[in-house]
Amino acid sequence: MISKPDSNHAIRADKLNIYYDKFRAIKDISIEIFKNKVTAIIGPSGCGKSTMLRAFNRMNELLPSTHTEGSVLFMGQDIYAPDVDPVEVRKHIGMVFQKPNPFPKSIYENVAWGARINGFKTGLERLSMDEWVEICLTKAALWDEVKDKLHKSGLSLSGGQQQRLCIARAIAIQPQIILMDEPASALDPIATLKIEELMRDLVEDYTIIVVTHNMQQAARVSDFTAFMNMDEDRAGVLVEYDKTNTIFTNPHDSRTEAYITGRFG
Amino acid sequence: MNIIRAMTLMSVLFLAVLLFTIINQTFGYAIIETKIKPVAIIGENRKLTDLDKLELVEILQENITTGRFSTLERDKSMQERSRDDIYDLVYLEVLQPKIVKTWKLWDSLVDSKEIKQEFAEDYPDAMLIFKSWLSKDFIQNAQSSKPTEAGVRTALLGSIWSILVTILVAFPLGVGAATYLEEYATDNRLNRIIQTNINNLAGVPSIIYGMLGLAIFVRALSSITSGQIFGEFANSSDNGRTLLSAGLTLALLVLPIIIINTQEAIRAVPDSLRQASYGLGATKLQTIWHHVLPNALPGILTGTILAISRAIGETAPLVVVGAATYITFDPKGLFSKFTTLPIQIYQWSSRPQVEFQHLAGAAILVLLTLLLSLNSIAILLRNRFKK
Repeated sequence: MISKPDSNHAIRADKLNIYYDKFRAIKDISIEIFKNKVTAIIGPSGCGKSTMLRAFNRMNELLPSTHTEGSVLFMGQDIYAPDVDPVEVRKHIGMVFQKPNPFPKSIYENVAWGARINGFKTGLERLSMDEWVEICLTKAALWDEVKDKLHKSGLSLSGGQQQRLCIARAIAIQPQIILMDEPASALDPIATLKIEELMRDLVEDYTIIVVTHNMQQAARVSDFTAFMNMDEDRAGVLVEYDKTNTIFTNPHDSRTEAYITGRFG
Repeated sequence: MNIIRAMTLMSVLFLAVLLFTIINQTFGYAIIETKIKPVAIIGENRKLTDLDKLELVEILQENITTGRFSTLERDKSMQERSRDDIYDLVYLEVLQPKIVKTWKLWDSLVDSKEIKQEFAEDYPDAMLIFKSWLSKDFIQNAQSSKPTEAGVRTALLGSIWSILVTILVAFPLGVGAATYLEEYATDNRLNRIIQTNINNLAGVPSIIYGMLGLAIFVRALSSITSGQIFGEFANSSDNGRTLLSAGLTLALLVLPIIIINTQEAIRAVPDSLRQASYGLGATKLQTIWHHVLPNALPGILTGTILAISRAIGETAPLVVVGAATYITFDPKGLFSKFTTLPIQIYQWSSRPQVEFQHLAGAAILVLLTLLLSLNSIAILLRNRFKK
């Protein structure tokens, strides 16, 4: 495990255990995510990558049968502490899902809604909502394609555009961290490429954690890579976490090597 | 396949027969005789239709009692009334028309020659007209014991008022209950019992709801439903048998329909939408209010359409709750006595005089029109929100 000064940490999990009823899906995972870096989580199906990702903004507990042990430190605060409101956590840690899921509203509303319910705090200079929507769509590399049809339904866009709209929507609430759950797995290669380029651009301003099935994608976009696997109880464990380059060229663990060379998974 | 097609055809056939029966009753020839012959009043040389306004007023004044004349004057002064208006008054008040014989639409069309012949032979002084029992006057007039003057206004207003109360009560309650059951309630024994009960309530016979309404709204809450505690002493003789009681009873009746349909609609909202909303830091209430309910709205409105259709045709519970069978004044508010269209139809169709059968047919058409227009409003709303 790498240790760096604390100020570089965007978020840190400590001895995280997540259960679905009796079944333990995540076992004793501790991980430190670095600020303004893309961190990829890879691993075979069912090893708990998505569960791990959702632990960072308390999305797991939307299923009533889950419960979480351990702590996740974000800005010096354990987000699982009893006095922390999960809604407050999600305002700082945005999320993009596997399947593009824009609201069945206009493109403009898709971006503006999240900003509006969060009190629309855009920093020092007073921006109008129109300007803010334009900024978010521009950051998501979608503005040029939709500027003439802002009031058309978000569902009228293509899959790749919808996913970028979802990214713009996530940016609009000004999160520190953006979680992406296989954001390109439902898209064609060209749309996938655009999303990957976008992630590289966004990492200037945000910390990105991305779950991916696609190892080439992890190698292309991420600075750090975490490899997860199942242990004998089918619980997800963190096998290895290092710089992406190290993971793909010189892994320390034999299971990592087996996985990245395509011998299982 | 063939048997399904045959069954469909059969139901279409039955509907056609039903519609034909209604329309058959509503139109047809009628022979109208006046009790007093015009000749007896103005002599042989003149015709009533040629007279001007002043002459008509004079005739009116001479031939009816002073009390009746001043009543008419009080309604609207003779100066303000038009000539045609006064002509109608003379016709109704002085000549006193009476329907002596009527035919249904089918007979009128098929046997029109025989009818005309019979008319010419047997009723030399009378008038044969092709009468539409559904007319502007029919909708505007209040209930009356004379079939020529009887109208449906009281019942129509009663129906509209009670439906409004029903929807205003049942819609928010039903949507609220369904939202609670779908989004908040945990899966425990109590909630399962509640859910099963709601499903069963949708199938309870409506007269049972009438008994419930009688016990609760008319008897137990009579000080509220009669408006007593709001200072409506004028109507306190109603003893709670008011529009408010009727509307609340119908609201109970349709509540399970609205709840079940709303639950279905909420369940059909994709979970990805909820996740997207939560992912943006929305609270549960914001998620439900901004995403779940708007997306469920078309389904909710479908349930509302079903509820309106059910409530507007209900007769039995309103009979129990105490709808008046014969009132001639309009409902003035929530605390008025009332009657509704189905009750009016029932009352007319159970009368022996054949004229009232025609009126019942016309009232059915009014009821159908009201039902279809309320439903089309809901359908228009639904299509608007479907986009």
